[in-house]
Amino acid sequence: MSVLLAFAAAALFGTGTFLLLQRRLSRIIIGIGLIGHGSNILLLTSGSGRGLPPIIGSADPTDFADPLPQALALTSIVITFGVTAFLFALGYRSWKITHDDVVEDDVEDRYIARRVDQLVDEGEAAARLNELAEDPE
Amino acid sequence: MSADMPAAPSAGPQRLVILDQSIKVLYQSILVLSLYFLFAGHNLPGGGFVGGLTAGAAVSLRYVSGGAAAVRTTFRVPSHVILGLGLGVAAGTAFLPIALGGAVLEHGEYETNLPVFGDVKFVSALAFDVGVYLVVVGLVLMAFAAFGDDLGQLAQSDEPGDGAGADQPDAGRDDRSSPA
Amino acid sequence: MSGALATLAMALPTADDVVAPGSGSFDVLIPLPVIVPLVAAALSIVAAGHRPTQRVIGLGALLTVVVGNIVLLARVDDAPDGIAASQGGGWKAPLGISLVVDRFAAIMLVVSSLMLISVLVYAIGQQAEERRFAAFHPVYLVLAAGVSASFVTGDLFNLFVAFEMMLVASYVLLTLGGRAGQVRSGMSYVVISLIASTFFITALALIYSATGTVNMAELSERIPELPSGVRTGFSLLLIVVFGIKAGLFPLFFWLPDSYPTAPNAVTAIFAGLLTKVGVYAIIRTQLLLFPDDARQGTLLLIIAGLTMVTGVLGALANDDLQRILSFHIISHIGYMIFGLALFTLAGIAGAIFYVVHHIIVKTALFLVAGLIERKAGSDRLSRIGGMVRSAPMIAVLFAFPALSIAGLPPFSGFVAKFALVDAGVLVEQWPIVAVSLVVSLLTMYVMGRIWSNVFWGTCEDEAVAERLAPGRTSVPLLMTGATVAVVVASLAMMVFAGPMYDLAERAAADLLVPQIYVRHVLGASS
Repeated sequence: MSVLLAFAAAALFGTGTFLLLQRRLSRIIIGIGLIGHGSNILLLTSGSGRGLPPIIGSADPTDFADPLPQALALTSIVITFGVTAFLFALGYRSWKITHDDVVEDDVEDRYIARRVDQLVDEGEAAARLNELAEDPE
Repeated sequence: MSADMPAAPSAGPQRLVILDQSIKVLYQSILVLSLYFLFAGHNLPGGGFVGGLTAGAAVSLRYVSGGAAAVRTTFRVPSHVILGLGLGVAAGTAFLPIALGGAVLEHGEYETNLPVFGDVKFVSALAFDVGVYLVVVGLVLMAFAAFGDDLGQLAQSDEPGDGAGADQPDAGRDDRSSPA
Repeated sequence: MSGALATLAMALPTADDVVAPGSGSFDVLIPLPVIVPLVAAALSIVAAGHRPTQRVIGLGALLTVVVGNIVLLARVDDAPDGIAASQGGGWKAPLGISLVVDRFAAIMLVVSSLMLISVLVYAIGQQAEERRFAAFHPVYLVLAAGVSASFVTGDLFNLFVAFEMMLVASYVLLTLGGRAGQVRSGMSYVVISLIASTFFITALALIYSATGTVNMAELSERIPELPSGVRTGFSLLLIVVFGIKAGLFPLFFWLPDSYPTAPNAVTAIFAGLLTKVGVYAIIRTQLLLFPDDARQGTLLLIIAGLTMVTGVLGALANDDLQRILSFHIISHIGYMIFGLALFTLAGIAGAIFYVVHHIIVKTALFLVAGLIERKAGSDRLSRIGGMVRSAPMIAVLFAFPALSIAGLPPFSGFVAKFALVDAGVLVEQWPIVAVSLVVSLLTMYVMGRIWSNVFWGTCEDEAVAERLAPGRTSVPLLMTGATVAVVVASLAMMVFAGPMYDLAERAAADLLVPQIYVRHVLGASS
């Protein structure tokens, strides 16, 4: 059982990482979801394995499954779910703005590109100003 | 399956009578089930989160039949008030024991015999569950209010976008119900 | 695994396990900074339509927290061993939700709550995002609760929950307004944070399966029993997790891109607090959980040096005020890690002092940057000039924190850097001492560059010059007032540097003896 879960976690981590490295935002979000599921499964397997539902009075406590990892996993599922929902909302917003799903270039690259554009713009603007300044005369 | 809106009956595709009628029946039953989950949560599977998600599923059925407008008229109280009350109740349950001289989040029990229900045990943790329930319901309502409308516009504005767009709330709902 | 079962068997309710209620004022004071903002957030959501009510709720809640935290710091400092614990739910540790405040946590609570309330006042004065979005106040209060929860929690899993509370709030604040730039940078911020969170869950799962507990006090007892390779692995994993949040050397790239796109006030609080919560978590876990051989002294020293250098070089290369200051945060995170990495009393005391100094001074600098932007309508160095004449007040407000962060005597930055360098010299770590001194010089150059571009010279950009003309634009009083308050706090740190350093040293002394922490959390049973 535990081996199976370990493989499941590994598979989820693997596919999740692959999707995370794609250019499309929707894939990145799905990738993050998969990695989240993988880590939650890992959290589940960290307990003592199979057992009865840990409800006091229903059975002998030594037969219980360890409830703590389940509680932890549930908490982290809720958190992952909430954040994934937020990411979807953000992706939706970005799609509304750009009508595209592709993640743009690396941050610093973009910044440098923007600066180059700006310098060009500023240069042009300065040239225009000079022309304007010269024109009336 | 269509996501048309009652406000603009002429623009959208026709409503499906069977779907609408069955949702009317299901809607109440699912809400009752969600309340059962909420109260059973202390000793049996269930609880505020699961109950809230079940109620959220009921709300999403309303969305399927009537669109975002139907969701907005579900409750008279604005959804952000539900959310705020829920958070307040949940945080208040943590706070109250301190005021009474206990530790944070400490809870107490109260057993009594009610006429119809028989022996009933109240646990103050139930108040926390109620808070969680309200938070989840408020959140689902707000999500539909925030993102539900655009879908209708999409269906009207461009044909191919309909199918792709309609998948989105479904995927979201599946995600939400998985921990239950 | 057997540990887990033992824990479980203990979970059955017997009368012995339940802590006697009302074990002192700490049971009220410790949960206060978490619960009050949460309740206030709830009220603030209900009052979503009415901004003045929201303001009263927010300010009232944060004021309560400030007062509570100051009392808490005084009490904890007086307490024997300088530590206090409260068990949530009335269950004994490790079953209950352990909330622990030692001197270090109490100091952080006081400083963070002071910054939170000042920045809230600033945001109200700004009349921008705070006024436009009903969500601002509730989310800001949740952020406050998350930051406080990260400081008081005594449980590794609850640290994760507190981080998430803080991060989810920060996602919303960062993207408030939904402009294209915000969505773009918010996206990378959220994705990076989510990956860090996933690593955190993975680390938690591995730690739990190895030790059967996530309570930090119990972990402190059980981790030394693990094989040394496993210990080192956990130590590294946690450094990566918190390093992403703190902005350590190879993991900092998200920071200078995302912070500047947020609204001014939000950037100030992010810059002041969020990264430092990561640093706090690194200091806490390295010192409490891991024995000497699993502590990554050398690695952290190298990372610290690289972090300092990269940050300051990034700050040198930029033209945009917010980005310069953002890169600058990274550089200074390096100093804090440098102090920790020595693992000596002087080093850790220096690191704590540095964290406090940096929270205040960095918040002040970002608030002033907001004032400059408000006044000049731009935050590009190349476009602004001559503000020392057109806005002398802003110039003064900038000068104090800038001199302090550059490490000039007698400001608190000098004391902090001197403490660290002294600690480094003491254990003869010459390379890092040299790097920190060089970076310090470069910092002075960065600050000088901002000063000479923004405040001296003449303004060549006509639009900016017009705005800077006398009587043209005024800065709201509340914004200036809040900035003055934070600058005064940084000056107070200079005046009271002696007592403050003594306090930091006491906090560091506690941190170096994890047994005290363990004894107070687990009680007599251990």
